Amino acid sequence: MEIKSGLLYSKDHEWVRVEGEKAYVGITDYAQHALGEIVYVELPSVGDELNAGDVFSVIESVKAASDSYLPVAGKVLEVNEALSDSPQLVNEDPYGSWIVLVEITDKAGLDDLMNEQEYKEFCDKEA
Amino acid sequence: MHKYVPHTEDDERLMLESIGAKSTEDLFTDIPEELRLGRKLNLNNPLSEIELSEHMKSMSKKNKSTEDLICFLGAGAYDHYIPSVVKHLTMRSEFYTAYTPYQPEISQGTLQAIFEYQTMICSLTGMDVTNASMYDGATACVEAAMMAVENARRSSIIVSKTVHPEVRAVLKSYMRFRDVEVIEADMADGTTDVEKLKSLVEAGTAGVIVQNPNFFGIIEDLTEIEKMVHENKALLIDYVDPISLGILKSPGESGADIVAGEGQPLGNSLSFGGPYLGFLATTSKLMRKMPGRIVGQSEDVDGKRAFVLTLQAREQHIRRYKATSNICSNQGLNALAAAIYMTTMGKKGLKEVAEQSAKKAHYAMKLLTSSGKFKLLFNKPFFKEFALVGETPSGKVNSELLKHNILGGFELEKKYPELKNCLLICVTEKRTKAQIDKLAQVMEVV
Amino acid sequence: MKNYSSLIFELSKEGRKAYSLPPCDVPEASLDSIIPASLMRDNEPEIPKVSEVDVVRHFTNLSNKNYGVDTGFYPLGSCTMKYNPKINEDMADLVGFRNIHPLQPEETVQGALELMYELDGMLSEISGMDRVSLQPAAGAHGELTGLMIIKAYHESRGDNKRKKIIVPDSAHGTNPASAAVAGFEIVEIESDENGAVDLGKLKAVLNDEIAGLMLTNPSTLGLFEKNIKQIADLVHEAGGLLYYDGANANAIMGIARPGDMGFDVIHLNLHKTFSTPHGGGGPGSGPVGVKRELVKFLPVPVIEKKGDSYILDYDRPESIGKVKSFYGNFGVAVKAYAYILSMGGDGLKDVSRKAVLNANYIMSRLKKYYELPIDQVCKHEFVLSGLAENENHIATLDVAKRLLDYGYHPPTIYFPLIVSNAIMIEPTETESLETLDSFIDIMIEIAREAKENPEILKTAPHNTPVRRIDEAKAARSLILKWDGLVKHKE
Repeated sequence: MEIKSGLLYSKDHEWVRVEGEKAYVGITDYAQHALGEIVYVELPSVGDELNAGDVFSVIESVKAASDSYLPVAGKVLEVNEALSDSPQLVNEDPYGSWIVLVEITDKAGLDDLMNEQEYKEFCDKEA
Repeated sequence: MHKYVPHTEDDERLMLESIGAKSTEDLFTDIPEELRLGRKLNLNNPLSEIELSEHMKSMSKKNKSTEDLICFLGAGAYDHYIPSVVKHLTMRSEFYTAYTPYQPEISQGTLQAIFEYQTMICSLTGMDVTNASMYDGATACVEAAMMAVENARRSSIIVSKTVHPEVRAVLKSYMRFRDVEVIEADMADGTTDVEKLKSLVEAGTAGVIVQNPNFFGIIEDLTEIEKMVHENKALLIDYVDPISLGILKSPGESGADIVAGEGQPLGNSLSFGGPYLGFLATTSKLMRKMPGRIVGQSEDVDGKRAFVLTLQAREQHIRRYKATSNICSNQGLNALAAAIYMTTMGKKGLKEVAEQSAKKAHYAMKLLTSSGKFKLLFNKPFFKEFALVGETPSGKVNSELLKHNILGGFELEKKYPELKNCLLICVTEKRTKAQIDKLAQVMEVV
Repeated sequence: MKNYSSLIFELSKEGRKAYSLPPCDVPEASLDSIIPASLMRDNEPEIPKVSEVDVVRHFTNLSNKNYGVDTGFYPLGSCTMKYNPKINEDMADLVGFRNIHPLQPEETVQGALELMYELDGMLSEISGMDRVSLQPAAGAHGELTGLMIIKAYHESRGDNKRKKIIVPDSAHGTNPASAAVAGFEIVEIESDENGAVDLGKLKAVLNDEIAGLMLTNPSTLGLFEKNIKQIADLVHEAGGLLYYDGANANAIMGIARPGDMGFDVIHLNLHKTFSTPHGGGGPGSGPVGVKRELVKFLPVPVIEKKGDSYILDYDRPESIGKVKSFYGNFGVAVKAYAYILSMGGDGLKDVSRKAVLNANYIMSRLKKYYELPIDQVCKHEFVLSGLAENENHIATLDVAKRLLDYGYHPPTIYFPLIVSNAIMIEPTETESLETLDSFIDIMIEIAREAKENPEILKTAPHNTPVRRIDEAKAARSLILKWDGLVKHKE
């Protein structure tokens, strides 16, 4: 299982890549593995204003559906349209396949997230 | 010892030995004594097949069937012709004794038949996708309304008073518990009052439900309604009679977003109101909001075409309380009957059934209104049903008809108190000129 | 036969037909003269044109690719796939039942109303309830109806705070889904290590916002909920009601009754316990039974007896209304009624005794080969947790698929969710010792294969009409109807 450095991680297995006031959010390798073959990624609408903990995407595999929670409050600037036609990209390259780009509206949520090492320990415990 | 329970005493003894129990009663010691029934069930003694058959036959004979009576009653359940093959094929036990096709490798029969059903329903309604069936037309309509509510995140549904009263009743019970407001839109001269509807549609309206042909058999022109509903970013839900779609404009052509309907006329017997099937169809855009089982085409590991239940992540066994609906069992065998019916009738047969029904209904209307004793209640284009108004209470007309072994029309006053002395007459392709003439003859002298 | 792979659309040929209608014998009016052209359809529907022989062969060939109870053993846990007696089909097919219109005058359908009234009484007696409505079309529909009744009950008392329903994590997926559709919030409670209701956890969530608790007894693990009386008392003391999911009623007929356990509202599945066929996914029937104080909330109409005749009573102001058109799946009710008459009271009790005997027998013989997480007497079904020895990492799915090669329908798998790699086996009472032994032998053989020849399991099934299907492809490409263009390999 791959965990990348330089990213922040949530307990719900989302990753966050902060770039200034913006952040890309996706799901981790651990999460895509647990879901299995992903067949659909429901994307939010550009302009949606979400709080930390709000559902920003529902990811469906053949036998499961999982809500993804936005780890940090933000306004949706962009969604990864490529996932509409090719949801399997999340399986193939979870850290390359961001789901949303948000403008962070409250940085407070970032403090609760884990770094690479903490997330690795967290996953080991879960397994 | 019963013929459906094959255990001999020896079998039971052997099995108990393997389990390590002294008696079958020992297997129930986990049920606390105070909860045991402690007496025999107060039911009958077992009946043999001969006794059962005699009993049931005598009970069934207390009913007058549409073979005893000439049926001019419709109002949501229709006496259309059912080709002989429908029964023979649905009664193949590989179909009717199977469970839901969760093991696709040994359920290709059910799965492919549903796929074919889906294809034909889509074609008939002019919609992109449909599911494997709902309980009946009314519950299909409720699910359509819920789709609209979920889609728009609005909490009000408008339904025309020309929609079947049973459908409106079911809609109201469901929505009461979902805190969704149901507003009934008045009618004018037997069709939806478009001006009044306009005044009701507002920013909170999730969807508008109309029926076509409507409860009175009248074909509603949806052009204006469609425009107005969509201008308000609400959804148009069209409740249709599938038989009418052999000739009438399809909901897809009328711009409907969701189509619901009662599938009984497609090869299912009247059966005192059920089992029937509801159909529900929609656009690709709303596909993921649609509840119920759906069959998709795929391939097996050898690349062979194969069918499988798909889009299951919307359903209750995976999504639990977040599912689009709680539906699990649908009306699989009735959908199979519908598929076999549509296949047997074919494009031409479906058209001919619709045409003959319409023509015979119009002949009946002309004949019944010729003397002036009965008048056409609403003078608008209709399909296979029409409402008559006269001087005599409709109950009295029907009792007189019954004496002549005719099952008269629906007494509209029962659901529309303002429509006194009004009868909704239904004529299908099964009725002959002689039967219609007899109806007219009896009604003329009531 | 198993190579038959045509879609009906691929057999279509212009000029063929499979129907015959008499000529239209009323004076010919042209269609245009009676219906304006603007209301007619422009595009003709694409329905196949085939002969009657084509229709018959096509659907017969399709049926050959199906597996039903008549084909063989169907130990699908929670689904009660018992034999569906043939005579019941004949009874539902009697002209006087099949060809009656739901809106006929009451005096012309007295036999049908009598049957429904009597079935209501029989199901009330079996379940220990006071009245039963036959209106719900399926189990989940019954749950929804029952929950509406619970909501209506609290509302009628002005107790509007009760907006939550407790559902154990072992419940059928329909339970939480039905509660949501009835407008409730769901409070899920964790089961204890035996899959039973954890009394401590139950107490912790009970308060004046709880409308009720939904429970299956025996539980989805096939175990009798011994503390049911205590559970009922706790819920009732907190002002809530108890809902019984009747999916597992085949274990207790004539032995114990949900009504006596303290349940206030129940549903029964006629297509499980009362032998009506599943039809490849329906029609079912999910009658709802209630205790006396809730009768007034039942859906309309309720059938009542007045003197010697039966009537449909719509005058019930506190009713939740209608949940379905007309009166339910009447045709299914006829079959269940015939079944109860065939069995009689003692016969039904024997059904439950033998269903439980069969389950315990299979369990006793398989527990050496498969992991049995809770080793105690089961009721009509039990749950295994994958292979006992599994060095080759064989999934439960592989075991199930291998069973197909041996000609068996697999058990329910991966349910209940609280048991990992669950294999849920429900043999029902209609299976003989010989059938059970053959199945057990094959399960043991599969356990051996798992050690010695794991590949054959991982690639199973091998001799079914189609082999493992790419479900991800189906969900991604979403071909949901025939488009005439998709090419496939024969």
